[in-house]
Amino acid sequence: MSAQLNALFSDSYVDISQYRDQHFKGNRYEQEKLLKQSSTLYVGNLSFYTTEEQVYELFSKSGDVKRIIIGLDKVKKTACGFCFVEYYTRADAENAMRYINGTRLDDRIIRTDWDAGFKEGRQYGRGKSGGQVRDEYRQDYDPARGGYGKITQLQRAPEPRHKF
Amino acid sequence: MSRRRHSDENDGGQSHKRRRTSEPIEIEDRLESLICRVGEKSTSSLESNLEGLAGVLEADLPNYKSKILRILCAVARLLPEKLTVYTTLVGLLNARNYNFGGEFVEAMIRQLKETLKSNLYNEAVYLVRFLCDLVNCHVIAAPSMVAMFENFVSVIQEEDVPQELYEKKDVEMDRLLNQIDGYLKRRQKTHLPMLQVWTADKPHPQEEYLDCLWAQIQKLKKDRWQERHILRPYIAFDSVLCEALQHNLPPFTPPPHMDDATYPMPRVVFRMFDYTDAPEGPVMPGSHSVERFVIEENLHCIINAAQLLSYPGKNKIPLNYHIVEVIFGELFQLPSPPNIDVMYTTLLIELCKLQPGSLPQLAQATEMLYMRLDSMNTTCIDRLINWFSHHLSNFQFRWSWDDWADCLTQDLEKPKPKFVKEVLEKCMRLSYHQRIVDIVPPTFSALIPANPIYMYKYTEESNGTSLPGYAVAVAVSNAIKNRASNDEILTVLKDVPNPNQEVDDDGGEGFNPLKIEVFLQTLLNLAAKSFSHSFSALAKFHEVLKVLTESDEGKLHILRVVYEMIAVLVDKMIRTQIVDCAAVANWIFSPDMAHDFTRLYVWEILYSTIRKMNKHVQKIQKELEDSKEKLEKLQLKRKDSGDEEDMEKNSDEEDGQLEEQIERLQEKVESAQSEQKNLFLVIFQTGSVDFNTPWYKNCIERLQQIFLMHHVTIQQYMGTLENLLFTAELDHHILAVYQQFCALQQ
Repeated sequence: MSAQLNALFSDSYVDISQYRDQHFKGNRYEQEKLLKQSSTLYVGNLSFYTTEEQVYELFSKSGDVKRIIIGLDKVKKTACGFCFVEYYTRADAENAMRYINGTRLDDRIIRTDWDAGFKEGRQYGRGKSGGQVRDEYRQDYDPARGGYGKITQLQRAPEPRHKF
Repeated sequence: MSRRRHSDENDGGQSHKRRRTSEPIEIEDRLESLICRVGEKSTSSLESNLEGLAGVLEADLPNYKSKILRILCAVARLLPEKLTVYTTLVGLLNARNYNFGGEFVEAMIRQLKETLKSNLYNEAVYLVRFLCDLVNCHVIAAPSMVAMFENFVSVIQEEDVPQELYEKKDVEMDRLLNQIDGYLKRRQKTHLPMLQVWTADKPHPQEEYLDCLWAQIQKLKKDRWQERHILRPYIAFDSVLCEALQHNLPPFTPPPHMDDATYPMPRVVFRMFDYTDAPEGPVMPGSHSVERFVIEENLHCIINAAQLLSYPGKNKIPLNYHIVEVIFGELFQLPSPPNIDVMYTTLLIELCKLQPGSLPQLAQATEMLYMRLDSMNTTCIDRLINWFSHHLSNFQFRWSWDDWADCLTQDLEKPKPKFVKEVLEKCMRLSYHQRIVDIVPPTFSALIPANPIYMYKYTEESNGTSLPGYAVAVAVSNAIKNRASNDEILTVLKDVPNPNQEVDDDGGEGFNPLKIEVFLQTLLNLAAKSFSHSFSALAKFHEVLKVLTESDEGKLHILRVVYEMIAVLVDKMIRTQIVDCAAVANWIFSPDMAHDFTRLYVWEILYSTIRKMNKHVQKIQKELEDSKEKLEKLQLKRKDSGDEEDMEKNSDEEDGQLEEQIERLQEKVESAQSEQKNLFLVIFQTGSVDFNTPWYKNCIERLQQIFLMHHVTIQQYMGTLENLLFTAELDHHILAVYQQFCALQQ
């Protein structure tokens, strides 16, 4: 008679989010299946200056980390503010979702989400300028992420006037 | 879509259900939700909610009785902090429907038997408490409850006594209490020192759990069993409940002792506050008051920040002090906290955020813990270091470091400066060197960790040209850059002179420490950009590294060389079997590591190594079990199918393959276990030490920790350990640890 109560045990921090990778090769169902079994996390809102060692130190608190892939600007090949953290076990990744998601790294609140698994090419930003999409459109000034968003930067630097 | 299939059959008297939904599954979920949520914040009073819910459930009994029984049994087991809410509910239901009350009691007894059989002692305790309180709600007759206690007394170790029981049956209760008293006095308590967080008795003694509880019960008895803290909704329903008929508990014998039963470990009660620490506001109940016990028990069950802060009755107690004390109590629990360490960090951060003016009790607690570092158990200090550094990293490392200036005048190996040093080191790992320099006052510069820049020694700038092996280092570096094969690199390395040999007898095939140094330092220098680069390098040159580390000395030496990028690299090397766990243990205990022996990172490596070893053994054991099961199933299936021909044809091949696999796995298990045993042998062979140094206290307490954490595994190898290590010749302090450990087993 070991009845568990659904009303009590919602582990909402571990549930998959609404995000689906548009570049995923496969249908929605397949992607969701992988997300629910995955031991890989996407980590967002990192500072461009956060090092792999810092990520190791923080994420090792929920278990042994198998590997970290730092997200890169497609053009500059420098860090552009996200990474993937792969654990050896799903349980360790779940604990990271429960207890590390939403806390700070390099003074910034970071966000973790399930990832279907790293594939070559996914370490690059998908924004037009080479970084992440969010850095294309945002209008605030964030010194840890290259200052203003890309579009805002272009607007702020007026075009040189052509003199005849 | 037709949803009418069920409601059509159950037509009469179900009209109220159709208003909500016509799916039985949804009704069951709704029942669960209603029951689980009663007692939470609401616009109506608790009494009227209970009254209303009792009415709804009574109406649903004809169709959902078994479900309701199941839910109520589950909340009794899983929501102990709301015990009196649910006992009142059951009391009301019993008053309305006597048969239901009887069935509930029987279901509870069945559940109790099962939890005891499955070694779920905490849950069994909650169930027994629930039953006791049912006496207060007139569901169970007092004499039958006393009879159950008499059955328990010689076997279980936990009691909780309700008020009415005493009023009705004082003679029997007195006899019971005297028996318990006798048992507790006779108990051995050699294990106590191993579990205490502080060795000093001031300001708060760290009492053994049962001793403390017993003192609390004695005090309650002196106070004529008057207890004021627990919420008792059944008092409001007294007139209704008094009319109810009571049930007798069926005769109950606790299950007998089985050899493979696992009993809960003894515990120590963690206390860091008393009423003098909370001078403003409500008074903190004393350490031997049962109110303290009840509050702590309830808080332990609640691990959600918002729920903790809305604890009922919070206006009558200094809630924040209790919460902080309970959380640290769990964090410092030996051998392990009930939850993963990082959970407590996040919980405390949440609590800080939810409070309007932050949580001053947390800073106060941190101060107090710092002041008492001298007598704190080393493992607890480690956890404090990890917690504090992680916590600070979430609050911009703001701290009043100057308050701790007293540590600057002490020897760096003393607990306080050591603590600050390790905290700063961890803070640096979570950020970067300059950040730490910026956040501490200049007076603390001696405690700031060194900037971890890896210095490659085979360069002209560092005057490395005169080092033996320099030429080869350059050659290897070029070879790697030119993508030479593993064989080519090994050939280049042949030229490294061997400092261990006078005569070049076998072409340099023996252990050559310089070869390892040259190759690894060169490789890591090229790959030093990040961990990922280093890991790629290790993967690429796996073959070369395995050749260089074939011997035990080779394994030992490579560990010395990677010391800078330590923990992470060691982990990789174990996983790729370049080194084994025993090598790591040997290295940690070697003279080279003496200067760093008490450093936290060293022990973290050792603990992590033991964990990996254990996981590895467990994994192979599981594979073996699975294969054996598979074979059994196959053989059973064939017996059942009865097809003679079929049996002949397939059985031999399949069986043969499986049997081979099982044999192989059996060997793997034995070799893994042998490696594991060896690991523990190495760890406990540290020999005698000078016991007046902080180094010693550090070492002994860490050995204790290893014993406690892995006692189940170590049990298996007791025979060997006893014979080889723990003889009377061994340093008597280490022997004492071992004896305490054995006492704990009993």
